[in-house]
Amino acid sequence: MNETQEVKKKNWSMVGRDAYAMPLDEIDLSHPGIWQANEYLPFLERLRREDPVHFCKLSAVGPYWSVTKYADIMQVDTSPDIYSSEPTIGILDTNVEDTYPMFIAMDPPKHDEQRKVVQGVVAPMNLKKLESVIRQRVCAILDKLPVGEKFNWVERVSIELTTQMLATLFDFPFEDRHKLTRWSDAFTAIPGRGIVESYEQRQAMIRDCLTYFTRLWNERVNSEPGSDLVSMLAHGEATRNMSPAEYLGNVMLLIVGGNDTTRNSISGGVLALNENPGEYQKLRDNPGLIPNMVSEIIRWQTPLAHMRRTAKVDTVLGGKAIKAGDKVVMWYASGNRDEEAIERANEFRIDRPDARKHLSFGFGIHRCMGNRLAEMQLRILWEEIMRRFHTVEVVGEPKRIYSSFVKGYAELPVVVRPL
Amino acid sequence: MIKVTFIAHDASEREVEIEPNGSLMQVAKAQSVPGIDADCGGACSCATCHVFVDDDWLDKVGAIGHWEESMLGLTPDRQPNSRLSCQILLSEKLDGLVVTTPEFQF
Repeated sequence: MNETQEVKKKNWSMVGRDAYAMPLDEIDLSHPGIWQANEYLPFLERLRREDPVHFCKLSAVGPYWSVTKYADIMQVDTSPDIYSSEPTIGILDTNVEDTYPMFIAMDPPKHDEQRKVVQGVVAPMNLKKLESVIRQRVCAILDKLPVGEKFNWVERVSIELTTQMLATLFDFPFEDRHKLTRWSDAFTAIPGRGIVESYEQRQAMIRDCLTYFTRLWNERVNSEPGSDLVSMLAHGEATRNMSPAEYLGNVMLLIVGGNDTTRNSISGGVLALNENPGEYQKLRDNPGLIPNMVSEIIRWQTPLAHMRRTAKVDTVLGGKAIKAGDKVVMWYASGNRDEEAIERANEFRIDRPDARKHLSFGFGIHRCMGNRLAEMQLRILWEEIMRRFHTVEVVGEPKRIYSSFVKGYAELPVVVRPL
Repeated sequence: MIKVTFIAHDASEREVEIEPNGSLMQVAKAQSVPGIDADCGGACSCATCHVFVDDDWLDKVGAIGHWEESMLGLTPDRQPNSRLSCQILLSEKLDGLVVTTPEFQF
């Protein structure tokens, strides 16, 4: 039995443990339970203070380094020659047959070539065109909300808006758009934890996704080049000869990248304003703060808690000797709370100076491609919320997702109160 | 003191007079020039301080570094005269520099 199996056998859990009382070397941030239970912050804080580049030997995902300080994360993220994104940016090593090539998990030069093909979809010109579409959709969604009644904000607003947006970007048949949400959830789901029952079920969903998108590819490759993502991939110099697996990989990346992240920042913003009523009042007094608040929400939520790299060579980080082949995990959720880099980092301040200086989009060549689109969606949503509602009031405990990667919500019960 | 002119996407011009210290990005931030976000704070890691350098000044602002080239590759509106302003170090010889800022940063 290897060490990973041993950990699994003991059914070892981090949930309910005192971050400061437990032995340092047992701290395992990869444990999804602490993220779901919203208990992760003290563990991050202790690692930043006592062991900012921390080795966790025994875990369900194998041995790995946790990088928790802003400056160290920055160093890893901006050194792709030392810290590779291949073969995967996921904390769990996957079998070759389950690995779909996607540019987020590629190093230069291939990364640069493939990313260039699709990044035009979020170019300033396109974003301008999208703004009015987004606003129409936001208004339609908000106008349908049952004022004064309890409902799940995640389902009615966060998922609905991001799914519609994604369908627009892919020019995906609108009536089938909920398939995108299901696929997106399945790609990052841990089998047996609600979203998918088994590994086999997940594989079946991934096959469905490929079949559907292959049909779209075939339609678009035989038509004039369009400005949607499928057409861009089908006609792009660097992508038109992609294998089916590579096409699927990049589709998965764009679905997850454009879906889970913004969705959870939409929910996270509502929660943060409810937990900080003084900030909500500041917003009512001055809606001009919305663009700045959007950056603060994205920092506060950190919708992707981490990204993983693999050391290509022996190196040293924060005084620790990292060996070639070691797994190195950058905890953005921790760097975004690092008091040494961000003043009063553990306060949610919608008028924070330098609010854009956060790690949620990553830095360097893998920086989030859709960051401006995400910001625009959140900005328009909050502009329209403030025109309609005095408060989006959280009226029950949020239900969080069982994942150390996607930091998000399954449920956020709210009541909207009119102006 | 040297003079630097920022031309906005709508062709409005703004001339600033500054001490030739630090980077062009730092000056732009200090003067609140719109269109320069500089999210990473000057680490050449976010491509949000993108400017177009007036052709007459291209030779004088220095060469594009390897890492800067990679980051510029992330901007969909990359042009032959694109630079990241955090990588342009100010000096007396840049007195009169003219750059255009994009409508908004990618």
